Amino acid sequence: MGYPHPTHPKETPVLSRHFGDSDARSFDGWKRRGGYASLEKALGMSREQVTEEVKTSGLRGRGGAGFPCGLKWTFMPKQRTQPHYLCVNADESEPGTFKDREIMRWTPHAVIEGAAIAAYAIQAEQTYVYIRGEFTEAIAIMQQALDEAYIKGVLGINAMGKGVRIDMTIHRGAGAYICGEETALMNSIEGKRGNPRIRPPFPAASGLFGCPTTINNVETLAAVPPIIEQGGAWYRAICLSNPNSTGTKLFSVCGTVRSPGTYEVAMGFPLKDLVHDLAGGMRPGRRLKAVIPGGSSVPILTADEAEATLLDYEGCVARGTMLGSGGVIVMDDSVDMVYQIMRLARFYAHESCAQCTQCREGTAWTTKILQRILHGQGKLEDLDLLLDLSEQMTGTTICVLSDSCAAPVVSGIRKFRDEFEAYIDSGRAVAQV
Amino acid sequence: MSQTTGAGAVAGAESLPPVFDEAGRRELDAVVARYPTKAAALLPALWMVQRKHGWVSPQGMAEVAEALALTPAYVKGVVTFYSMYHQHPVGTHFVQLCTTTPCNVCGAEKVAEAFLRATGAKRLGETSPDGAWTVVEVECLGACGFATPVLLDDDFIESVTPESVPAIVARYR
Repeated sequence: MGYPHPTHPKETPVLSRHFGDSDARSFDGWKRRGGYASLEKALGMSREQVTEEVKTSGLRGRGGAGFPCGLKWTFMPKQRTQPHYLCVNADESEPGTFKDREIMRWTPHAVIEGAAIAAYAIQAEQTYVYIRGEFTEAIAIMQQALDEAYIKGVLGINAMGKGVRIDMTIHRGAGAYICGEETALMNSIEGKRGNPRIRPPFPAASGLFGCPTTINNVETLAAVPPIIEQGGAWYRAICLSNPNSTGTKLFSVCGTVRSPGTYEVAMGFPLKDLVHDLAGGMRPGRRLKAVIPGGSSVPILTADEAEATLLDYEGCVARGTMLGSGGVIVMDDSVDMVYQIMRLARFYAHESCAQCTQCREGTAWTTKILQRILHGQGKLEDLDLLLDLSEQMTGTTICVLSDSCAAPVVSGIRKFRDEFEAYIDSGRAVAQV
Repeated sequence: MSQTTGAGAVAGAESLPPVFDEAGRRELDAVVARYPTKAAALLPALWMVQRKHGWVSPQGMAEVAEALALTPAYVKGVVTFYSMYHQHPVGTHFVQLCTTTPCNVCGAEKVAEAFLRATGAKRLGETSPDGAWTVVEVECLGACGFATPVLLDDDFIESVTPESVPAIVARYR
């Protein structure tokens, strides 16, 4: 259901079925709703069968990259010669994204169950659930659910009485966007600064503590129990457009819409319907101006582009953007694009880990140049300078934080150039920068 | 503590009680047992320090360093990376509010101003003269559909508006 709103007829609730229902949080409540039947079923299957079912489903990573989940699991060594680890990426920090928070605070056992199935499939001896430090409520709910799962024998040395050891630990972050990047996340668990690592080696070869590691997003793992329960073919059949994008996806819609919230729809759902129908459309007297469909790191769409976009991995690429995390930021005609793009650049400048020169300097200077324009002191050449800077920030660094800063800047200047030029031509300054 | 490595020379630091006393040590040992290395308990250990002292002082860092067989310099390097560890004492109540784009377009900056007015803190990042309130703006709290989200101490408060701020502040006063 579209928490905090009732389920819309156009939604396809799978992961969100129990959002808003606090009884589903407890172990008993989860069991009553059919919980942990999938884990029991999975532990009765071979590891290969479990992985195969997930491959069949077509489930792709819901954190942003969209990498096929089952395929990722097959990268782990078949023979365990050293410890294997599973990391659950619950560092949800991408502006516009708040779906994992809903999954964790309403259905913590779905995360634990999905993670336990994954841990079994990849032979993980320990699973670390890395939750961003600010999620105090989600951390408390997840910890309570985890404690219950141990007490009830779902986890531990003899998980579900099936003779398999599954261990899980919550690791609290401490305020760093970059720790959502998978190699930075591993460094953070190891007690280091959250600097991303150069790849290769990839995590499946040498990840956490130098051991084979898989990192999966919360939403990805929460989709695993329904897949095991109802079969990969069932999940694969949930598809409105491209057959390479299957299943349901949670979209967290925010910004200037009447009913912001998290909505679950089938892959390929029209962005137009999500914004104007499910999320209630614009406030009275306002028109849609722009949409950032996949969290702040993806290129901005104009209203026309947005209204022609289908929400799946391919549909977003076809419109020059990305599905990303499914964080949909909606902006109406009251929004000052230059100011908000500066705010995004400032976000990336603040969150840069500062390892790579292009990112450390690029995000900071992008912000300063945008602030100069907002102070009424911009020059027309500044726009070319920003585009040039953004080009040098794309594809040149260890991780994609710097690319993420460039995306809204480049698309913003290309699509809303008149707003930038208006500041430059008039010398007008905004009150607060 | 046998060794403070010079870090204890900060004024007032000697008055802080040790974090890893018998109970603290037990708690830390239980954390360390969940990881293959001691160093991996660093973030949890720093959270323990902040819970006890309200901030992560040089003395706290030195204590953590000793407990986990790290150098104080290494610990400081990690502390300074993460924005949630306070490197200075903060007000009795610590208010973090999001002003990044999704909340910003919904009026988050007006909420920030309302918090400054209601708490008496002069500007963002500063503590109010009575020492009770520190208000900071943060980059995205991951609750963008509930603009403006505020993390007040450990309480996550959704959909805060300039109008609702005075009552929230009164509740914690």
